[in-house]
Amino acid sequence: MPLFDRKDKSRYASFTRRSLMLTGGMTAVFGLLAGRLYQLQIVNGSEYMTEAEDNRVNQRLVAPPRGTIYDRFGVALASNRRNYRVVIIAEQATDGVETALNEIGKIILLTPRQKERVLHDIAQNKKFAPVPVVENLSWDEFARINLHLPYLPGVQPDVGETRSYPYGEQLSHVLGYVAAASPDDKKGDDDPLLDLPGFRVGKRGIEKEFDRQMRGKGGLSRVEVNAYGRVIRQLSSVPGVPGEDVYLTIDCDLQRFVEQQLGDNSAACVVMDTTNGDVLALASTPGYDPNLFNIGISNEQWHALLDDDHKPLLNKAISGTYPPGSTFKPAMALAAVDNGLADLQVFCTGTLTLGDHDFHCWKKGGHGEVNLHSGIAESCDIFFYEVARRLGIDKMSAAARALGLGAPTGIEMPGEVGGFIPSRAWKLARFGVPWQQGETLINGIGQGYVLTTPLQLCMLSARIASGKALVPRIVHEVGTTLQPRTVPAKLPFSDTAFAAVRGGLNAVTNEVIGTAYAWRIPEPGFEMAGKTGTAQVRRITREERLTGMKRNRQLPWNLREHALFIAYAPVDNPRYACSVIIEHGAAIAHYQVQMARDILLHAQQRDPARMPTAYPAHAAQLVPAVARSGA
Amino acid sequence: MITRPYAIARRTLSYVDKLYEINWGVVLLVTIIACIGFSMLYSVAGASFSPWADKQMIRFVVGFLLMIVVALVDVRFWMSFAYPAYLVSLLLLVAVEIAGHVGLGAQRWITLGPLELQPSEPMKIALVLALARYLHGLSVEDVSKPLRLAIPLIMIGMPAALVAIQPNLGTTLILVADGVSLLFLAGLSWWWIGPTVAAVAAAIPLAWQFVLHDYQKARVLTFLDPESDALGAGWNITQAKIAIGSGGVTGKGFLQGTQSRLNFLPEKETDFIFTNYGEEFGFVGCIALLILFAVVIGYGVQIAMSARSQFGRLLAIGIILNFFFYIMINASMVMGLIPVVGIPMPLISYGGTAMLTVMFGFGLLLSVHVHRQVEIPRHSAGII
Repeated sequence: MPLFDRKDKSRYASFTRRSLMLTGGMTAVFGLLAGRLYQLQIVNGSEYMTEAEDNRVNQRLVAPPRGTIYDRFGVALASNRRNYRVVIIAEQATDGVETALNEIGKIILLTPRQKERVLHDIAQNKKFAPVPVVENLSWDEFARINLHLPYLPGVQPDVGETRSYPYGEQLSHVLGYVAAASPDDKKGDDDPLLDLPGFRVGKRGIEKEFDRQMRGKGGLSRVEVNAYGRVIRQLSSVPGVPGEDVYLTIDCDLQRFVEQQLGDNSAACVVMDTTNGDVLALASTPGYDPNLFNIGISNEQWHALLDDDHKPLLNKAISGTYPPGSTFKPAMALAAVDNGLADLQVFCTGTLTLGDHDFHCWKKGGHGEVNLHSGIAESCDIFFYEVARRLGIDKMSAAARALGLGAPTGIEMPGEVGGFIPSRAWKLARFGVPWQQGETLINGIGQGYVLTTPLQLCMLSARIASGKALVPRIVHEVGTTLQPRTVPAKLPFSDTAFAAVRGGLNAVTNEVIGTAYAWRIPEPGFEMAGKTGTAQVRRITREERLTGMKRNRQLPWNLREHALFIAYAPVDNPRYACSVIIEHGAAIAHYQVQMARDILLHAQQRDPARMPTAYPAHAAQLVPAVARSGA
Repeated sequence: MITRPYAIARRTLSYVDKLYEINWGVVLLVTIIACIGFSMLYSVAGASFSPWADKQMIRFVVGFLLMIVVALVDVRFWMSFAYPAYLVSLLLLVAVEIAGHVGLGAQRWITLGPLELQPSEPMKIALVLALARYLHGLSVEDVSKPLRLAIPLIMIGMPAALVAIQPNLGTTLILVADGVSLLFLAGLSWWWIGPTVAAVAAAIPLAWQFVLHDYQKARVLTFLDPESDALGAGWNITQAKIAIGSGGVTGKGFLQGTQSRLNFLPEKETDFIFTNYGEEFGFVGCIALLILFAVVIGYGVQIAMSARSQFGRLLAIGIILNFFFYIMINASMVMGLIPVVGIPMPLISYGGTAMLTVMFGFGLLLSVHVHRQVEIPRHSAGII
């Protein structure tokens, strides 16, 4: 019996033929798949391996601790404080975020606004991202949270770091502050740390000037992440380099004393070591609280700072320019002696007429017979008009520049300005008019175009006291690297000139005729020499002189004259130089001199310049010596 | 003289005899491939049996028993079972259209008591059964007669259309491919095949314009240029290629694949599981798996060609073609050769209905093998 009927035989043959065709097709497809696998895994394998690795590994920057700023005795002026905070991780809050927040609210104070912010942040972030709930907790609050932790799912205590300025407003202008990097900060600075959330850079003062050194280098933590960016585990880490510490020449104690003296006035004061230019105190009031900028300053607070007419954001000591007034006269006197005017005698009637213009002395009736010594002591304007007339603007400006005026001193702080010392060429270029002799005269008493900073005036005082071209320095070392210092050259004035001018400055405070005799330092051995100054900020009209000049206290605050004083002490062997300026402070007679007197007396009694410093470079030199003596 | 196979065919084999007749080579290969699947599910779950590997193993055990039972049932029973199975599957497809709930953007699931069923899966088997039965009754000449041809075309067209409107492009393609392949094997005249191929080629632009859904068009466009939407629709393709490619020659090692463990791969336990395999076992492992598949297919073709009844041949080859189309489409898709369509890798991807369907299919294949000597008269195709 046949197995197949005839028709089945034919379709069996057809089936076999076509199955083999299909099998061939399937084999071709498998070949194609194998070829594709070869292409992906063998030809491009390493390329895809790199891509898989890029997918998997995320490099995270770890911010290094910022360097501390110390004063000369090792007092920390700006340091890093532990920031105790509480964060919440939404996906771990099994009872719900709101419940967790309510529970936290039972333990520590949590305002409805804070809760709202947390809920908002959680909505914005991935569910596994920690969102800060409260920051800057006290240890007590932090401990209480930790105690309740078992009942707070999703809540985690966290210890971060934040910049801390223990002296607040005091020292604010020296230290500056830190804040998040702005787009301007990122220009020309490709440090990836700047993009790290919460990272702070120096914005003013020393914090800005030495930002790179104090910043350190970011560490690198390689972590494995999944497709959603969640960290799965740590792969490796490269520790960062902590920022370098900065050691200032400032004496914190003296600085704070100075700031107390300046009080609420819009004022500036610089105290300097006359032997090496170390700035011991550099104050500008009012200041601001640098801690505010770190935590986040409110709009109201920021505008209050901006709108204050006492300009709390301006470091007047280096960025404020003022006509030096009579404090400029010692510089003129130095030039006078070296230009044959040592024995100049002038009779002061209170007025000097030049052409059709009258020039007045501050003393209405005049000083009578005046020489260099009494001209300085009594601050006679007529005498210095005559000196200016005889010297001419060229020699005057040359002397001023030799004493360091008209150019930045180069102190290690951002924002220093150079003040201004005029010249004939400048006048012609600026106004298209030649220099006038009247301008020479008013220049001679530190008015007109002359502008100086309080720091320059302190340097002027120190240079006269020492006879050397001292340069102010505020940073002693960064890390363990000493800041470069040059041996000050001798100034281009004769010893005779210095002796004569120092005599005049001594007379200002210590002779009865002196303008500041009433505010001398009476303690023997601590006497100071100085020069008062008053800088006009408005033009006094002819009518006003005739009808009687308005007294400063009758004027609105911003039209009153600036009160200035430069001094050094002790007279015989100067060690401390000082300049004080009170903006519009001439209403109370020589209030600034009282301040300078107290500051210089305090400085001498404390004598920080002779106290052993706590600089690490010094310590490194000292330690072996001590060890040797011990052995 | 009566040959021994002929005698076997005439005898009613005992179940023990039938067990002996089962092609255990196929069973072994299927089990090996399923075990590779378990290890992959264990791997993508982060070295854990839950949530996928354990369930998949239970399903495989159930499927395995089902396969053996199906293999022991006489192929003639399956022939009589063909039309009812097809009708039930068709009704389920209609039901899913009406009552099915939306899963993954398409209506594909239906809940039957405790079971979640994807009726397009059994339809693949039912269609093969029904077509095999229908074509069993036709001679080579009959197949190409228009009136005779209309019925199988309707049989293919109805479920294909129902699945297409779910919408499920991948399954539609497989149904059509299965059906057309069977017509081809039944001896359809080249005079039909040639013009049809030409017509389909001409219809592609029209289909693009009027038939395809936006998401399907997006898949095609993304396929053509994955980098155009690297984080959106192109993500799947790009990450899948990275996973397979990064496996290199020998792979990263079992449980060492980072792409799936770190969730860069989408649907890593279902449609894209082959990428994890490629990542962990590399080119060597992938070729080995392809060879395993190829051997299974080879066994299937051999079983088909050795069957004495046209029904058995068509059923066996239909089952094995269905298996092949799964592999081809899934592998091409995850390797970026064709656009993404939702087709799992048989025996390896996680999924209950697919696992049971594939095992049922292998049961039918084995049944054809066990009953390869059974002759079925041509006219018996007409009896339901």
